[in-house]
Amino acid sequence: MTAPSTNTAKKTATGIPALLKTALVNAVIALVLFSLMVGIRTEAGSDGQLTYWTRFGEVAALVAAVFGGSIVIELLRQWIGPTGVEKLVPPVVQSGMSFVGRYLAPALLFVTLLVPVIFYDQRYILDLGILVLTYVMLGWGLNVVVGLAGLLDLGYVAFYAVGAYSYALLATNFGWSFWVCLPLAGILAAFWGVLLGFPVLRLRGDYLAIVTLAFGEIIRLVIINWQELTGGPNGVSSIPRPSFFGIPLDNSDNGLAAKLGIEYSPTHRIVFLFYLILALALLTNWVTIRLRRLPIGRAWEALREDEVACRALGINTTTTKLTAFATGAMFGGFAGAFFATRQGFISPESFTFQESALVLAIVVLGGMGSQLGVALAALAMIGGFELFRSLETYRMLVFGMAMVLIMIWRPRGLIGHRAPTVYLTKAQAISSDLVKEGHG
Amino acid sequence: MDYFAQQLINGLVLGSIYGLIAIGYTMVYGIVGMINFAHGDVFMIGGFIALITFLILVSLGLTAIPVILLIVLLVSMAITALYGWTIERIAYRPLRHSFRLAPMLSAIGMSFVLTNYSQVAQGARVKPIPPLITGGYTLHESADGFVIRLSNVQILVVVTTIVLLAIFTWLVSRTRLGRDMRACEQDQTMAALLGVDVDRTISMTFVIGAALAAVAGLMYLLYYGLVDFFMGFVAGIKAFTAAVLGGIGSLPGAMLGGLAIGLIETFWSAYFSVEYKDVAAFSILIVVLIFMPTGLLGRPEVEKV
Repeated sequence: MTAPSTNTAKKTATGIPALLKTALVNAVIALVLFSLMVGIRTEAGSDGQLTYWTRFGEVAALVAAVFGGSIVIELLRQWIGPTGVEKLVPPVVQSGMSFVGRYLAPALLFVTLLVPVIFYDQRYILDLGILVLTYVMLGWGLNVVVGLAGLLDLGYVAFYAVGAYSYALLATNFGWSFWVCLPLAGILAAFWGVLLGFPVLRLRGDYLAIVTLAFGEIIRLVIINWQELTGGPNGVSSIPRPSFFGIPLDNSDNGLAAKLGIEYSPTHRIVFLFYLILALALLTNWVTIRLRRLPIGRAWEALREDEVACRALGINTTTTKLTAFATGAMFGGFAGAFFATRQGFISPESFTFQESALVLAIVVLGGMGSQLGVALAALAMIGGFELFRSLETYRMLVFGMAMVLIMIWRPRGLIGHRAPTVYLTKAQAISSDLVKEGHG
Repeated sequence: MDYFAQQLINGLVLGSIYGLIAIGYTMVYGIVGMINFAHGDVFMIGGFIALITFLILVSLGLTAIPVILLIVLLVSMAITALYGWTIERIAYRPLRHSFRLAPMLSAIGMSFVLTNYSQVAQGARVKPIPPLITGGYTLHESADGFVIRLSNVQILVVVTTIVLLAIFTWLVSRTRLGRDMRACEQDQTMAALLGVDVDRTISMTFVIGAALAAVAGLMYLLYYGLVDFFMGFVAGIKAFTAAVLGGIGSLPGAMLGGLAIGLIETFWSAYFSVEYKDVAAFSILIVVLIFMPTGLLGRPEVEKV
């Protein structure tokens, strides 16, 4: 936990005594906060009796860290200067950035296409790439709901779960192929999206968030408890792998490798999965970009900006919201079906609230509505997650802290891009009696 | 009938705990208009601090139960309140004038931080304590031998809740702080112009909410006899459900919603299935919001353009 930065220092300003005082106050607060939670470690013994031991060294270290940290933060703050002043970016840097911005997306796509070629032997990187692309796809899917339509959805993982279980159950029970189940998973997830959409149509903002969260939990609880259908906490195992349009990717005589006359290698399947999720993600991206140019996409953006004005202009908010939910859910369902076929095993543990929060964090960090931003954020988040893999329990702690810090540092995300895609090209003067000051 | 009465008692006790947490949600929502997602975890921290204080006191050789309880209550309220204050300072205050989603996401991040902080600091295993308060009363014994019992812990939980609610109602309706809080709820700019220290008032709201959550944590510890690092999440969602059910922003509504959720959950477990009790609670939330989007006691939101 970082030090609470008190405002007093900002007002009384500058001297070293004030600095030390702030740091000291923060250290005392930290001492109280950590004294019991960190200083005393409890553990249930073998006979169920609680025992405890002290860890004053750790507390001292933490308090010292807070003391030092708050001095550093305070110095940094004075060095950077007062916040709230717009810093002008020199035009050279600006044009350079727009140049990078224009060519970054194609360059990224090109590199992504080459990843399986370059890292053909490195299974770990391929797996990581697939994981990142799955989250890119989820992020783009949720972006339709959150970034375009402005509806806060905290239960997106429910659609991911619906897609995964649709494919898993259809494939294991009826032996249907992946390519038949993929659209079905999407349709089923979209259907659930509409089903969720109906009750929440009248809600807005935070109510909507909590209902979607409740919905996500309901889906997860039903999956856990409906054991006859879903296998409960044990999940569904031995889910069939995808085939190359009917040709299996295995070591058999009619496998793809045998048909092409090349030697079989398990990496083929990984590479195939990589391009499969890349194609699915690009499909999501393409559909989203196209939809933005259609009346329905315009309506989503209008809804995000102002629902009342939207209604006044005769846009049917009901269908607009429902289509946003259904579209987002459909892509979630596709991603879920892919997840099931990649893992070969799914269980309710994969569909917790944590996943929803992670995808939402990707969308918001990417700057809500920016396709490129979402892709970069997914890369940063999942890549960062992997970096901390060795830390296990500290990983989520770091993730939470990062979320808080990023929100404080850049609440609008890395690439703030929320400008509507349509606007008047000609500036028009509006008479002052049309504009009213205040809150209405 | 006896079975029903027993479940009614159990439901009311559970509902009291939810209600105490729900007040924290509803207060913060009323004043800053954000869901304090980390509030459930503040409740969990309160439970842990109560447990640790209790352990220390017992190992110091203290045996008088009322004294122990009082000290545990005060210590956990004080430290948890400081947690609430710090969380507001770090995660919410810098975002006060940001866009709507920012504080919510910051709160979700804070919730992860708190959950994993206590997992790292105290381990992942469930921490049980021996029952502190034993005994109780037999209210009624039916012919077929079914006994309605009211245990002392249950009495303690309900009485503590009522006393706290009384203090709290007095605080909000009669004191300077309560007036400031209501003023900030209506219009922060205007309140600031009239000499209300808005920052301090908002801080105090978080402090009071956290202190009530700490009491709920202690009650949970006494009633169920255990704490673990993950208990904040589910309890938090349910308490928020309670707050929404009662009409967010309304204090009696939060308590009423808490009781309703507690009763629904208990009766559902008793008569239908234990597995689906949470599903029932969440479904009720969705159904209520369809038909009364402002909850049971909430004011209808007037939309201004």
